[in-house]
Amino acid sequence: MSVNQVSVFLENKPGTLNKMTEILAQHNINIRALSLADTNDFGIVRMIVNDVYEATNVLKEENFVATFTPVLAYKISDETGTLNNLLKAFTDADVNIEYMYAFSGKKNAYMIFRVKDTKNAESVLASKGLKSLTQEEIAEV
Amino acid sequence: MGKYFQEEIECAPIEKIREIQNEKLVKQVRHVWDNVAYYRQKMQEQNLTPEDIKSIDDLHKLPLLSKADLKAAYPYGLLACPLKDCVRIQSTSGTTGKRVVAFYTLKDIDIWEECCARAIVAAGGTNEDVCQVSYGYGLFTGGPGLNGGSHKVGCLTIPASSGNTERQIMFIMDLSATILCCTPSYAAYLGESMKEMGLTPEQIPLKAGIFGAEAWSEEMRRDIEKTLGIKAYDIYGLTEISGPGVSFECSEQRGMHINEDHFIAEIIDPDTCEVLPEGTQGELVFTSLDKEAFPLLRYRTRDICTLTREKCSCGRTHVRMTKPKGRSDDMLIIRGVNVFPSQIETVLLNNGYAANYQIIVDRINNTDTFDINVEMTPDMFTDNVGEIQSRKKILEDGLKSMLGIKAKVNLVAPKTITRSEGKAVRVIDKRKI
Repeated sequence: MSVNQVSVFLENKPGTLNKMTEILAQHNINIRALSLADTNDFGIVRMIVNDVYEATNVLKEENFVATFTPVLAYKISDETGTLNNLLKAFTDADVNIEYMYAFSGKKNAYMIFRVKDTKNAESVLASKGLKSLTQEEIAEV
Repeated sequence: MGKYFQEEIECAPIEKIREIQNEKLVKQVRHVWDNVAYYRQKMQEQNLTPEDIKSIDDLHKLPLLSKADLKAAYPYGLLACPLKDCVRIQSTSGTTGKRVVAFYTLKDIDIWEECCARAIVAAGGTNEDVCQVSYGYGLFTGGPGLNGGSHKVGCLTIPASSGNTERQIMFIMDLSATILCCTPSYAAYLGESMKEMGLTPEQIPLKAGIFGAEAWSEEMRRDIEKTLGIKAYDIYGLTEISGPGVSFECSEQRGMHINEDHFIAEIIDPDTCEVLPEGTQGELVFTSLDKEAFPLLRYRTRDICTLTREKCSCGRTHVRMTKPKGRSDDMLIIRGVNVFPSQIETVLLNNGYAANYQIIVDRINNTDTFDINVEMTPDMFTDNVGEIQSRKKILEDGLKSMLGIKAKVNLVAPKTITRSEGKAVRVIDKRKI
């Protein structure tokens, strides 16, 4: 199962990111992982939150452009070589990664991947024994 | 060669000028009536016939023409002579992408070039001079007009056209150019570039510059004069009426003499369209007296200025106009190019963006900066940085091909463009001119 990530457009000026986090805080939305893609002109925030629908709604109400993007999330144990093994599976399956980011929990680390064809990538990786996390699983981490 | 190009006309007593204008006006109204159905109908709607126009005192009775008429009659509706007599067009951008196309007979070009020659002589030009024309050549009137004027004066003419700064400087230095014709912002840029190369005003052979096609301040004039070691003269014109040289500055540098034997100038109230007395600020209106191919009667320039008949120490008697102080429509002149906000709107909509934008124009180091803030919309947003950037690039390319100049697009968050009393502020012009 792929996971919905919230992607938000950010204008390039001081305070924009903070305005976004303020809105999420006011609505008790917890950010589990966050990555920021920046250019000279604008930024895109990508994040995994505990409630994607609520997060998107409240951001839209405050005039942010926010959308869902399907991504794949994998749990790996927090020890040397595990990310390398995971990525090797991507390579063997010939899956190209558009971007990725990571966060680590108490025991495990979590890897978020954006690929072109999410469904296909998910099934070929599953056939190699890699099970991606569901929305519920990632929210509970 | 003396102080004037055509002294008997340029310094004629006002009565003589009036006489010329009366005679030409009566003839021109007849020419338009006979050949331009579009204008004849406008006159008929006001129960006018050519017989009603006996002198310049009757001018105010004639219907006004505006850019909207040019658009409605595009392309041939205002042409007043057979195509076999026309030899050239010039063109400028118009509202919503429709261009203004003006036609010329050989005689029209001759008179236009004569007007430019008067401007060059007023700036001290003679047949001993080397005149570098760095206005764009092509559809834009700047290059062709000054080029022809320079020939008429007998200057050695360098048709450099715009751009390629290194080559411009090479010609100025190697050929000892004495007169430079271009937009004031380009003159300033050339000046800065030459300064950076270590050239002092004493080493630069230029003595005069004829700069127009965009607004510039007195401060900018002094700057350019200092860096290039020249005297800088203003020149004014518009494609609809002929091109540069409708009016020009003399050594007094206090307003531009309008070539009154060819053009009648009026000042009207832009709201009521009533003619205002001399010395009052209002919208400038021109009537072409000699144009054969594209004779516009009472054309609204949308430029706001003042006319004065005060005696000028240069000896010329033709009325002087102040530098235009602004526009009575929303047209902007950026780097010498006419820009209408509606053109930007068209491009945005064509590219899938909302028509919510803000134009920010500034002048930094004497060059206009041109930014357009565009609101991001859910439709145009994707999670992919490269995709957003390539859409932005397509938008910038579309703007460049519509406007003729490059604009920098900034993507901003939705609903962030300033709104005052519900109405969006579309243009922020920070230029101090």
